[in-house]
Amino acid sequence: MPCVIASTSLPETAWARTVRDLAGGWAQRQLWAHLGWQDIRQRYRRSVLGPLWITISMAVTAVALGILYAGLFGNPLETQLPYILVGFIVWGFISGCINEGSEVFVANEGLIKQLPAPLSVHVYRLVWRQTLFFLHNLVVYVVMLAIFPQPLTWRSLTALVALALLMVNGVWVSLLFGIVSTRFRDLVPISQSIVQLMFFMTPIVWIYGDLLNSSNPTVAERARIAEFNPFLHFLEIIRAPLLGQDQHWRHWAVVLAITVVGWALTLVAMRKYRSRVAYWV
Amino acid sequence: MVSIRTVDATVDFPIFDAKSRSLKKTVLGMVGGNIDSESKVPVINALRDITVDINHGDRVGLVGHNGAGKSTLLRLLSGIYEPTSGTSEVRGRVAPVFDLGVGMDPEISGLENIIIRGLFLGMTRKQMVARIDDIADFTELGDFLRMPLRTYSTGMRVRLALGVVTSIDPEILLLDEGIGAVDAAFLEKARGRLSDLVDRAGLLVFASHSDEFLEQLCTTAIWMEHGRIKEQGPLSAVLRHYKGLPEPAEPAP
Repeated sequence: MPCVIASTSLPETAWARTVRDLAGGWAQRQLWAHLGWQDIRQRYRRSVLGPLWITISMAVTAVALGILYAGLFGNPLETQLPYILVGFIVWGFISGCINEGSEVFVANEGLIKQLPAPLSVHVYRLVWRQTLFFLHNLVVYVVMLAIFPQPLTWRSLTALVALALLMVNGVWVSLLFGIVSTRFRDLVPISQSIVQLMFFMTPIVWIYGDLLNSSNPTVAERARIAEFNPFLHFLEIIRAPLLGQDQHWRHWAVVLAITVVGWALTLVAMRKYRSRVAYWV
Repeated sequence: MVSIRTVDATVDFPIFDAKSRSLKKTVLGMVGGNIDSESKVPVINALRDITVDINHGDRVGLVGHNGAGKSTLLRLLSGIYEPTSGTSEVRGRVAPVFDLGVGMDPEISGLENIIIRGLFLGMTRKQMVARIDDIADFTELGDFLRMPLRTYSTGMRVRLALGVVTSIDPEILLLDEGIGAVDAAFLEKARGRLSDLVDRAGLLVFASHSDEFLEQLCTTAIWMEHGRIKEQGPLSAVLRHYKGLPEPAEPAP
């Protein structure tokens, strides 16, 4: 039960409290920006290379899998490797937001019960941390550009807009999944399994365009099912510009629609259940 | 204006055991229907009918036995728990001092922890950097401040936490006792700083079992029993009733 506001002096509605949570959390960006960065340093404390390990492990994975799948699919390495690399970097951000998002409030139980901070602080911290991971991985992309130059144009800058959209979506995903899975703990393993599965269903290692244009009509037909996969569209809007490829506007349309619907759902969930999170953790 | 106002506020904790918290049970419950008491989540009534009106300048002590609801009430007054029924309105920046360890990271240095702790309490980085020398002096930790917090003893951690907490300017200060594990000389020093802090704070609520501390810091008191307010009033009267002491004799003529 959300709290019933019946006070006579300046009643604050549940909507106002929701907005105040989001805005108040944003106002504390010094705190979550610091903590997000701290989380990354923490993971690599006492290692000589520190957060550079993020970059290195991404490079190793992308090169190894790039070579493997270029061989398996018979694709040229200069096509397969950049494709896999960008796919991995973006997927890392998406899966991080979902997997850590579903645990965000449970993991911060101590802070939530001891300090009256807006819940959104924990979510902004998470998305910021994932963004920092993303930026570390982007170093590999820049190195890759030197080895396999991509036909980048001014339009490639739309990747920045796409990244911003990914972050905006990361916030609602973490808020919504965080609230629901704090109440129903089973959703954590469920969503983790689904994310694992979606990794294979989403064109990250396999090249979507190749399957669509496959000479085998059955394969081409089946590949179209991927359009129903929301992750495909999130991936396309950022991967295409980073690889200097053309993209269809429908991917942007789908992403924008998901952004609006997702935020609407999240705001409703927050209005109703935000105040319960402290009771549930 | 700094104030805390609650009207008939209730805090009920649902206790989800492993079964009732799972989605499976909820889904099955929806399909099957007709599960009576078993499907209900047991609830702990932590606070009942809490009506308080605390304003700028008030110094409120909180007394009661263990489990009477003192800590939960502090969390209600801080805005961490919004009441399950009734209302609560907290106006002002809250500095809760419940658990000195929370928000402290053992892997980073004392200095970094000072900054983070301050940010958690609503200060800006700039404000904390300005205070860091003062805090360092107070804690007497010297070069240890550059060491990771995990190398600190419990007492040293308490010093650090107290140093930060007593350096801020809170509008609403909520203190839960548990400020132990410090040596006597240091505690004397901390007392001075604590009462300075209380003087700076717009409003204080302090939960303690120590009469001496309560008398030093508070003027009024709330007596909690079984999650309800048993009595509110001037500190001396509430303390007397709480202890079951007789009314003071009429002053001799």
